[in-house]
Amino acid sequence: MYDSGKIITGLVIFLAIFTYPLWSNMGKAAPVPKPELPPKSVATQCVADTNYMRTSHMTLLNVWRDDVVRMGDRVYVSANGKAYNMSLTNTCLECHSDKVKFCDQCHNYLAVAPFCWDCHQVPKPKEKE
Amino acid sequence: MIGFLFSLVAVLVLVGIALVGVGGLGLKVLFGVIIPYAAVLTFFAGLVYRVVDWARSPVPFRIPTTCGQEKSLAWIKPNKIDNPCSTGAVVLRMIFEVLTFRSLFRNMKLDYREGPKIRYSSEKFLWLFALMFHYAFLVVILRHLRFFTEPIALWQQTLEHLDGFMEFNLASYAIGLPTIQLSGLVLLGGVTLLLVRRIIVPGVRYISLAADWFPLFLITFICLTGILARYVVRIDVVKVKEMAMGLATFHPVVPDGISVWFYIHLFLVCVLFAYFPFSKLMHMGGVFLSPTRNLVNNSRAVRHVNPWSYPVKTHSYQEYEDDFREEMVEAGLPVDKSLEEAAAEKAAKEAPAAPETQETEEKRED
Repeated sequence: MYDSGKIITGLVIFLAIFTYPLWSNMGKAAPVPKPELPPKSVATQCVADTNYMRTSHMTLLNVWRDDVVRMGDRVYVSANGKAYNMSLTNTCLECHSDKVKFCDQCHNYLAVAPFCWDCHQVPKPKEKE
Repeated sequence: MIGFLFSLVAVLVLVGIALVGVGGLGLKVLFGVIIPYAAVLTFFAGLVYRVVDWARSPVPFRIPTTCGQEKSLAWIKPNKIDNPCSTGAVVLRMIFEVLTFRSLFRNMKLDYREGPKIRYSSEKFLWLFALMFHYAFLVVILRHLRFFTEPIALWQQTLEHLDGFMEFNLASYAIGLPTIQLSGLVLLGGVTLLLVRRIIVPGVRYISLAADWFPLFLITFICLTGILARYVVRIDVVKVKEMAMGLATFHPVVPDGISVWFYIHLFLVCVLFAYFPFSKLMHMGGVFLSPTRNLVNNSRAVRHVNPWSYPVKTHSYQEYEDDFREEMVEAGLPVDKSLEEAAAEKAAKEAPAAPETQETEEKRED
């Protein structure tokens, strides 16, 4: 092998950089986020089913925003026929009152920085009985 | 065009394999754990093997491509980067080559625009598309690190934020959520432009083989499935990260409820990883090992001896004359040195040797 000093150095640097995901997590547990659901006494059902909410709640929120702000329409009828007031603060946050224990769980896990809180106030967690 | 069709069909078959394997047969462990590990192992082992294999090939002579004035007389200005005369200049040249694709910038096109005259004109599209493609790909790969690190570092969040600075969305059409990340679109654009260039430029199309088309189609489909998974299907990224972290920490888990689109994307990426070391994509390592780029052009300043040159035995005319001088003089043949000259030289060589040995002996006595 010619120029082995330079080439082996290069390969070691390459391996060190490209295996970053493997060694940076060494010996660390990666807890799966557990968004805390509201107690059963508050609500048993969301405005849409869990799978949809897990992947597409942001679309729903933006549709609500456009409907309310641009169309002045405040009523959302869910799949099972129940009517809701389209409001982040008064509907969503009424049940999911703790941003840290609910929203941030997954958002931080995936480095998602939604712009909700550019305008909306972060709710104060309610005291639990 | 056989290569074109073959590659397109090959990539579609790969998509089909993942679709049937996960969607039909439910082989999630195979496609989510075994194949990714095998592909990554192949990638690293193959890449190291290829580089070591290259390193075993000797490059005894200086073969840098030069595009500027060589260093010569003091009053002629040398072009340090394009005709490097020192290691420092080579490092500079390599940095520009690797980071800005300088040799692609010099890409030329031959045409007959002015009648029968041949003309070479600049053709910057390859350079431009390559720059788009490679840097977008880099950002995309760095962004994917969010699936493999916990907690996510600040620089990753910043990158995500910068990449998504053009927040635009049409909520009622479900466009723009999650935040549009520009790198993905630029990557798809870049790879498409490179593909289109290969299709519409006759000269380039003529020299294109399956090995050229296949990576382009593969990366195009990786982009498409990635964009689809993020913006249209909207896969459950929390579960995807759970799975990715499982792979990274060697505690693989296969959560339920991840869309088959994710598995198609993952499978195509695995194929890319496994295919990488055995393909033209090895230019990632090869660019650093190009003798036409990384050698100092100092053939006129330094003598480079081929290390495996056969040691040829020589017998010069001077040595020949030394052997047969007396006979030559006797036969009346002309000689370079006369007998007297040769004798005087021989005496002069031996004479100073004698006092030297005496001196050393004297010193020893002291």
